[in-house]
Amino acid sequence: MLQIKDLHASVEEKSILRGINLEVKAGEVHAIMGPNGSGKSTLASVIAGKEEYEVDKGSIFLEGEDIEELAAEERAHKGVFLSFQYPVEIPGVSVTNFIKTAINETRKAKGLGDMPAKDMLKMIRDKAEMLEIDRKFLSRSLNVGFSGGEKKRNEIFQMAMLEPKLAILDETDSGLDIDALRIVANGVNKLKSKDNAVVLITHYQRLLDYIKPDFVHVLYNGRIVKSGGPELAHELEEKGYDWIKEEADA
Amino acid sequence: MSKYTEDDLREELKTKEYEYGFYTDIESETFPIGLNEDIVRAISKKKEEPEWMTEWRLEAFKVWKSMEEPDWANVNYKKPDFQAIAYYSAPKAIDPNKTLDDVDPDLLAMYKKLGISVDEQKKMNNVAMDIVVDSVSVATTFKKTLGEKGIIFMPISEAIQEHPELVRKYIGTIVPTKDNFYAALNSAVFSDGSFCYIPKGVKCPMELSTYFRINEGGTGQFERTLVIADEGSYVSYLEGCTAPSRDENQLHAAVVELIALDDAEIKYSTVQNWYPGNDKGIGGVYNFVTKRGLCEKNAKISWTQVETGSAVTWKYPSCILKGDNSVGEFYSIAVTNNYQQADTGTKMIHLGKNTKSTIISKGISAGKSQNSYRGLVQIGSRAENARNFSQCDSLLMGNECGAHTFPYIEAKNKTAMIEHEATTSKIGEDQIFYCNQRGIDTEKAIALIVNGFSKEVLNKLPMEFAVEAQKLLEISLEGSVG
Repeated sequence: MLQIKDLHASVEEKSILRGINLEVKAGEVHAIMGPNGSGKSTLASVIAGKEEYEVDKGSIFLEGEDIEELAAEERAHKGVFLSFQYPVEIPGVSVTNFIKTAINETRKAKGLGDMPAKDMLKMIRDKAEMLEIDRKFLSRSLNVGFSGGEKKRNEIFQMAMLEPKLAILDETDSGLDIDALRIVANGVNKLKSKDNAVVLITHYQRLLDYIKPDFVHVLYNGRIVKSGGPELAHELEEKGYDWIKEEADA
Repeated sequence: MSKYTEDDLREELKTKEYEYGFYTDIESETFPIGLNEDIVRAISKKKEEPEWMTEWRLEAFKVWKSMEEPDWANVNYKKPDFQAIAYYSAPKAIDPNKTLDDVDPDLLAMYKKLGISVDEQKKMNNVAMDIVVDSVSVATTFKKTLGEKGIIFMPISEAIQEHPELVRKYIGTIVPTKDNFYAALNSAVFSDGSFCYIPKGVKCPMELSTYFRINEGGTGQFERTLVIADEGSYVSYLEGCTAPSRDENQLHAAVVELIALDDAEIKYSTVQNWYPGNDKGIGGVYNFVTKRGLCEKNAKISWTQVETGSAVTWKYPSCILKGDNSVGEFYSIAVTNNYQQADTGTKMIHLGKNTKSTIISKGISAGKSQNSYRGLVQIGSRAENARNFSQCDSLLMGNECGAHTFPYIEAKNKTAMIEHEATTSKIGEDQIFYCNQRGIDTEKAIALIVNGFSKEVLNKLPMEFAVEAQKLLEISLEGSVG
């Protein structure tokens, strides 16, 4: 699904990613953990195609296709989804209108017409129910006045609607209380299939109690310094990141 | 990797071309340039006007000569040479007595380009239309249907002939000839415009609409609109405007007067898309317009405007809330791009008791443009319990444009309640990236954000206009959308 080879990236001439190698296969869940400032969110943004980030070296493949030259929206059309750590507000644009636009633009890119209103309505209803979102929420301006939990739930709702191949969840657990976390995690678990893949970016083990990863990677100083199974996350929870730093800096 | 920086945003905004910039080659009859008493008389004679109208014009001309062009607005431009403009231009083939089927085919083709085929208009329900090209009203549809209800909707030049008592009673009562420089000029030289009278208790069954177009070069357009809603009546009135692309600056100085008698309601919507000039700031229409309405007891006037065109705009649709319990509303979207300058807003003059006004202004600035909101809320000493709510929001795109807000408040009655809110925001790269990430390209993202920003005002427009306005916003701000 996703193949990253020796990826180096910088922002404003400051090098942040320094040789990332990662392979995520369809049906897998990978967790990327690491201390603050290790480059986790940068990695997410670079995969999604954010303009400020310069890829200095290396490549990113999605289903065997090099996507480095593609604009962010083209990557989205190919099935890349990023759940933002800090979703932006768009006043006056309802959640429904935004999702409708996103879906129809993606369909347009694939040469399809707009999704029939009836189908869209049914899909919205089903997915909203799954994520315990009420109808009033759908008519509110995108992220305007949303609580932290509502913002994250809205991100997962969009993911459910867009049915991406590769979903990157950037700190989706931050700012969530335990109930919201459970709802969000449930949603992600239901959306998981053998045909898609999920990359969880998180600082804490907490989320991983709800969404079980197949692999855990530790990012430090722009490199993956350790990879392992779910047990690695528990080890980090117990011992913190200092031993990783020591090992890496040694 | 494809990027989208501030520079790209700016670049993209530059590429927009004016869609209505065609010129139709119709034979016109144009007066020699310059302005003096003889020209004023000649216009009046051309229109076969009664003596009182000629005198009224001459009086206005006298006043105008003694006035100076105002310079308090937050706009900068080379003052027009008023002696270098032709004050009357009419498509030659037009005979006011002809029916629609006799209209010059070139003219009809022009309407088609404008997206308002008259044939279509005729068949369409609920929109009766008057079209003013350069200075002359070309065709008024639906006259008969409206006539059955006693509604008068016709070119003002005809109204002066057929309903002189109504015109004489009301013209210049809301915007006096000496009100301001451009109003005085308009009063002296206006050549056409629309006239509308809704009788007592009649709800006008369709939207009334006027389409203005400047076609001829070197001319100015000075139309005059007078709408009278008699007691308990209702009318919704729409106007749209375009002009061909020209390197010169063309002058448009219109006057609109609305009279809402007791319990009447007038809804007046404008989509202004005069040629804005090119991306270097060359050419474009100077849009200096005076619009004002008077509300008697329990009456309501609602102005809605979508202003995307013109090089320079100077316009303050206002309400005089004379009658007790009367209501004034102003909903505005003003878009400026490239070198456009707009100084627009409203005046709400509260004179009666329990009068209410609402002002919602949305300014969108891009390129190197300057966009100013200027508004006055005035509460008279006898206006017990007057209420005003004003909200002025500005949206900036890029770093070289400006947004300004000049709210003035004068309250002479202690019971007044006045609220003012203002916000300024910028379309951020983060917002664009967020949309991109969801598969929405940058052009569409800007359209989405701008439409969201303008939503409260777009919602006030009649349905078919709202769609057009939404499209216009996208065209004004982007390369190829729409």
